[in-house]
Amino acid sequence: METKEKYIISAIVEHKPGVLYQVSNMFRRRGFNIETITVGESEQIGLARMTMTIKGDERIVEQVVKQLNKLLDVVKVSILDPEFTVSRELALIKINTPNPAVRSDVINYTEIFKGRIVDVAHDSLIVEMTGSSEKITAFIELMKTFGVKELARTGITALPRGMKSTKME
Amino acid sequence: MTRMSGAKALIESLRREHVDVIFGIPGGAIIPIHDVLYDAEDIRHILMRHEQCAAHAADGYARASGKVGVCMATSGPGATNLVTGIANAYMDSTPIVAFTGQVPRPMIGKDAFQEVDIVGITTPITKYSFQVSKASEIPKIVKAAFYIASSGRPGPVLVDIPKDIQIETDDVEFDHDINIRGYKPNYDPHPLQVKRAADLLADAERPVIISGGGVIASGASSELVALAELLQAPVAITLMGKGCMPEDHPLFLGLLGMHGTIASNLIVSEADVLLAVGTRFSDRTTGKTEKFCPDAKIIHIDIDTAEIGKNIEPHVPIVADAKRALKAIRKHLLRKLKKRERTAWMKKIRELKQQHEEMSEKEGLSPPRLMKELRKLLPADTIITTEVGQNQMWAALYLKMYKPRTFISSGGLGTMGFGFPASLGAKVACPDVPVVDIAGDGSFLMTEQDLATSVTEKIPVIVIIMDNRFLGMVAQWQRLFYDRRYSSIDLGKTPDFVKLAEAFGAQGIYVGSLSEFRNAVKEALRSDVTTVIDVPISSEENVFPMVPPGEEITKIIKER
Repeated sequence: METKEKYIISAIVEHKPGVLYQVSNMFRRRGFNIETITVGESEQIGLARMTMTIKGDERIVEQVVKQLNKLLDVVKVSILDPEFTVSRELALIKINTPNPAVRSDVINYTEIFKGRIVDVAHDSLIVEMTGSSEKITAFIELMKTFGVKELARTGITALPRGMKSTKME
Repeated sequence: MTRMSGAKALIESLRREHVDVIFGIPGGAIIPIHDVLYDAEDIRHILMRHEQCAAHAADGYARASGKVGVCMATSGPGATNLVTGIANAYMDSTPIVAFTGQVPRPMIGKDAFQEVDIVGITTPITKYSFQVSKASEIPKIVKAAFYIASSGRPGPVLVDIPKDIQIETDDVEFDHDINIRGYKPNYDPHPLQVKRAADLLADAERPVIISGGGVIASGASSELVALAELLQAPVAITLMGKGCMPEDHPLFLGLLGMHGTIASNLIVSEADVLLAVGTRFSDRTTGKTEKFCPDAKIIHIDIDTAEIGKNIEPHVPIVADAKRALKAIRKHLLRKLKKRERTAWMKKIRELKQQHEEMSEKEGLSPPRLMKELRKLLPADTIITTEVGQNQMWAALYLKMYKPRTFISSGGLGTMGFGFPASLGAKVACPDVPVVDIAGDGSFLMTEQDLATSVTEKIPVIVIIMDNRFLGMVAQWQRLFYDRRYSSIDLGKTPDFVKLAEAFGAQGIYVGSLSEFRNAVKEALRSDVTTVIDVPISSEENVFPMVPPGEEITKIIKER
């Protein structure tokens, strides 16, 4: 049995309506599970970058890449090697701060995790946290003792390090 | 740059793609296009009686001719009625372009009358679905649509055109280069992979070839036969591959898989090197995948990278056009192949094939016998279409084909009702050859209304209904695997197919014996109107050989 590993897939796609639908529909139809997906502009005009994380074995990931490549609006697909990849996620976390003691604890933890307080209300704070998914998960776990009121995570976005490129030739 | 309406731009674009026939039905959201067609004497619009039939007819046209088939429907229900036909073309890799009318742009998203998101609906069953956003885009989109449909692994493309765009006048430019960044089909085989494949084949004791629809799509029949003869490798076919090789060839094994011939299923399972070309290893072909050719080194040639390793993991993948790949392998082998004697194996193959021949030597109106008799009466270039179910498998197993593009059947989707409208499309493509739809009564009733099209548009075909008053294949499964609990398969005594045919102005003939059958076929071949031949067969007939679903292909049921 091959174990399920987490893979990061980076796809350069045509930046036009319907492409996200094509991609997500392909995943649904073929029974592949997307853990996270982010979409945004790339460095090239008219092209967007989709970053997806999926769990599976090598065979499944190979199929995912082939099925993505088969879509006409998908221009290039790369599997990113975690060792040579910078990946980041952003999360906004609204935390209960019913009293000054809790509030100062949350602020301290946020500093330790190199996060930022981006909103303050009389009984809650919103923390902006960027970093690896693991770091964000660890921070959220910690905050659960205070009470996480609302949470929004972006899923990761990623680029290969150094000279390696996922760019269209 | 010319100023014209979107509808005119569309018709002019179709001319540039050499379209001379469209299968369609008009409706509110596509009237402006039909208004231009009114004056287009060089483009024949064949008015179908159901949009599903328009799509199947375009499919049959494409398969018979090798050209792109075109169908057209209005928005909403017109468009959704095309869906089965589009899905069918997608599963069987047929190049068709479907045009749909759409509600005017300002109405899109408002749930307007006859509005449906046909681009959303067809995205998973097309190579690509376009929605036109302004008239000036039409020539480029049409050119891209035909290019996408017919290149690489062929397939359906949909173009959705809002009604106001059909009417609006715009500056239109027709000369466009099509360059799709995310679509670059690879036709040439990688030389290293060719060498690896050739080396495996050269050393093989028992090389076997599986030939699929890709061989027909790429026109690789002569390359296939040449390679098989050079290797002295027997050839099994998938349903989509039927016609890729003359079936009287000594190396021909027959259909492989669930309804495979004994020779095919056993010999393929014995292979030490398997060359699979233009096939996607469908479950109907492989049976239980874990037990499929466990000892063979598998070479897989397909133009679609995504087919490599999807169902079966090959040892040597070759992503290329079948014709070029087969040619390259043969060229490589010519230099090094030693002549091999396989006398014992060839004798075994002959014996297994003889067993199959004996299965069609029954008396009376037994379907295998009917197929054998029919073959004697039909010219070699006759085009056969089939419906889906027992009729289809009897045709696949017992009706010998000799040429590519003469056997047209719904393989992947298994669409009952496909054969008759497909026969109309094939007849339009090839008016000078007889076209025969091998049908069951259940299937034919799904699209029989297009008898009206065949009569009014003067497209004479022959429909042979093997009439068991049952949904025969379901009944067969219930007989074999559900303890004869015949649930919802009895079609009763209606209709009278002779009267039905006559009501449409076609010819209907009921036959009660083999000699009446022969006479009816001869009469139908002479007729200039569509002929429906109703052949009563026993409702207890089974199609054999058969492999139970999910079993390995060597577990053959030969009779019961």
